[in-house]
Amino acid sequence: MKDTPESRVIDPGLDETIKKLTPEHIERVVQHVLTKENAARLKVYIDTCVHCGLCAEACHTYLSRDCDPDYSPVGKVKNTLWELIKRKGKVDGEFVKMMSRVAFTECAVCRRCSMYCPFGIDIAYLLMIVRRICSLLGVVPQYLQDTTNSHAVTSNQMWVHQDEWIDTLQWQEEEAMSEVKDARIPLEKEGAEVMYSVIAPEPKILAQLLGNMAQIMKVAGIDWTMPATDGWDNSNMAMYSGDFEVMGRVERLHWETAARLKAKKIVMGECGHAFRGAVYDGPRWLGWKFPPIPMVHAIEFYYDILKSGRIKVKEKFKEPVTVQDPCNTVRGRGLGPKLRYVVNELCENFIDVNPRFEHNYCCMAGGGTINCGPPWKRSRMVSNRVKAEQFKATGAHIVITPCHNCHSGIEDVIGFYKLGMHVKFISEIMVEVMDVPDELKP
Amino acid sequence: MPDASNWDWAVEKKTVADLKQLRDKFKGVHEFVVSPDGEKIAAPVVTEENSFTAAINSDTWPEMVELLWYLRFLPDGRLTALVRIDDQWTLMVDGVPWNERFEYAWDPRPCASGSAIGMMIKRDFKYGIAIDDKVWEEGFDGIRDYALSPDGSRAAATVQVAPLAEADIFAFSEGVWSIAVDGKAWDKKYLNTWKPIFSADGSKVAAEIRTDICEYSISVDGNDWNDRFGCVWEPLFRPQNGSVIAPVRKDGFWRLAENGKTIWDGKYNQLWQVKFSPDGSRIAVIASPEYGRWTIAVDNAPWKRIWEDMVLEPHFSPDGKRVAAIVKEVNRWTIAVDGNPWGEQFDMIWDPVFSPCGKHIIAKAERNGRFMIVADGKPVGPQYDALWDPIFSADGTKILLKYIENDKYCRQVVSASDVLG
Repeated sequence: MKDTPESRVIDPGLDETIKKLTPEHIERVVQHVLTKENAARLKVYIDTCVHCGLCAEACHTYLSRDCDPDYSPVGKVKNTLWELIKRKGKVDGEFVKMMSRVAFTECAVCRRCSMYCPFGIDIAYLLMIVRRICSLLGVVPQYLQDTTNSHAVTSNQMWVHQDEWIDTLQWQEEEAMSEVKDARIPLEKEGAEVMYSVIAPEPKILAQLLGNMAQIMKVAGIDWTMPATDGWDNSNMAMYSGDFEVMGRVERLHWETAARLKAKKIVMGECGHAFRGAVYDGPRWLGWKFPPIPMVHAIEFYYDILKSGRIKVKEKFKEPVTVQDPCNTVRGRGLGPKLRYVVNELCENFIDVNPRFEHNYCCMAGGGTINCGPPWKRSRMVSNRVKAEQFKATGAHIVITPCHNCHSGIEDVIGFYKLGMHVKFISEIMVEVMDVPDELKP
Repeated sequence: MPDASNWDWAVEKKTVADLKQLRDKFKGVHEFVVSPDGEKIAAPVVTEENSFTAAINSDTWPEMVELLWYLRFLPDGRLTALVRIDDQWTLMVDGVPWNERFEYAWDPRPCASGSAIGMMIKRDFKYGIAIDDKVWEEGFDGIRDYALSPDGSRAAATVQVAPLAEADIFAFSEGVWSIAVDGKAWDKKYLNTWKPIFSADGSKVAAEIRTDICEYSISVDGNDWNDRFGCVWEPLFRPQNGSVIAPVRKDGFWRLAENGKTIWDGKYNQLWQVKFSPDGSRIAVIASPEYGRWTIAVDNAPWKRIWEDMVLEPHFSPDGKRVAAIVKEVNRWTIAVDGNPWGEQFDMIWDPVFSPCGKHIIAKAERNGRFMIVADGKPVGPQYDALWDPIFSADGTKILLKYIENDKYCRQVVSASDVLG
């Protein structure tokens, strides 16, 4: 195995956990995952791939690392899954550690490579199989595993206690009402049109976003509610750590909470991976082909309330802005045009990125990579030089990031590459520029 | 269940409260709740001084508080709310606060008999349960869920029994979670515990447990089932003999297990929300017999009709012979009875209410923002601005309606034959 700065990163989630592994246990888990959990789809992909390497140019880690073939999608699969298959799972702990590092910290499962594969192979799915094996072996980066543990206990990703959740909403309601009259956060309101769900960083470290939404909902005249029970967090890092049982548990509670409250739809905050977990991976693991209750991402929601005139803009945001297309909502759902409509409605000077829409580069924070924590931050930054170059070329001052992982990841990129830019969520700009009718002014 | 025998089933229609007067009187009026007998309507209200209290019909609780929310009627008609007084939280019952004060208190619930009410509390950085103003002596590092015994004398909760340092995945894997019953934790610790539940006599507690990364099972009073499963869902005690039933996932399929042994060996893609018939002899459960297709399985026989959107919990008729459930297809809701969906669909529908004889079902439904009663699949009577679940009289001859129309809250008793046709 190559000696690289990445291979020397100290992470107890990898270094300590492999000490307990036995060859028999590794082989048993590998065989179980390869033959019991993934047989048909995996076989089709493995049999179809002609090893052409056209996926390489798609990957921001490959491009950012001077086209190192080990960082190409096919290289990552070759070094991990193909070896597992070839050796029939007869690998040692050091190999598991290497494949855990590759699968969790060097691939953001962003699926850009699938678009460049002549056969459309979902290469990220192959890396997710590696993650699943690592999860069952207990070899997962410490901070990502801790996030999954939080999901398992609390159903949210940041160990937010139930009292902290409700208390934060009540505090933010007070804050919102100081800006917009009667901007309540109606808790546990049965039969509301919308259940609004968010991810745990909002109550934990970005509480003002909850207050922002109370203002927006009031001005837009939306009949909405938020749960005062677990089930309010739509995020799902268990999906990315490979703990699908915990993933399913989190998603079930999210949907059952909406059903309990008799909400007609869920509107979710600005997060991309949460959209994937709630709309695709989670429901499917549980047995639904589609989300059981309509799920509307914040980008679509903002589009609707601007397009319909429910929110009017008083004066557009003046600073030059660009945008990050989150992989799971733009490549995964096609919300790129709606995102640009929203940005253009709110901002005077929008400079688009290149490449964009579904061809946009990943932030290299999604897919659970940022949740792998501080030990892997430098690696993430080195793996996303192209993202820094892409933003720098726009000359914008602000990067609008309608996704929490993008928001944090791009903030890191801006700092690491000294771009002198700032990141903002859409809601932060919307509350700044929206027209609050006189009767709603406090 | 509320005791409806003493309610007024004679008066046909009564306007209980003028809600416009209430709105004119206060700076803010929050969501309304109504008493089980329909005689009272209440809401948290905000005064011009930004104090809170509860308004009930034309009265208010005398004490003003800093914050009041989660206003709920108990089955016996008492009105409760979570209140903040001097920056501390407690429960107010009919306007009288508990003596105990907490750093935080939430999720108050009545027991099945309605005689007691419990809630989760935080005090001095420790978490616990309070029932009827009495607090567990021992506090815990964390709490996530709880259950009350049917008579309300006992409580069980998922609790964190040891501190956990930030990102300490190794201590977590050793187990820091357990079940506490009446404030005393089981000896065993687990990675996770979920969904505690009491037996009918209140003597036993069962819960979901997780013992390793992908090893799940059920524990009863800290005695774990021998087998481990790929996943489990919430357990339930069989009413007659106290045995424990739970959905378990084995070899990628869901089955029902009783005391650790498989009793339904059908290969379901999903099984959850197990319900017993009133006499405990029959089992109904939400089931996915194949991927993307949902229905109700009764005694291991799935209904032939399936739905792709969503199927909610099954409800047995009082005699246990019929089963009804809310179902959704193409984002339209209705009710299915013994596998047959009603012909009409709605924007939203509430739980089916069986007549005492079990022959008829009524439910509250919503269409285009208006609410109506649906009887055996047909909308009947007028539409309302707001409506609460209808209730049959014990003999099944009358139905109590509680609704808001033109800013008036009304209680109305109607003849069941008029509604059911």
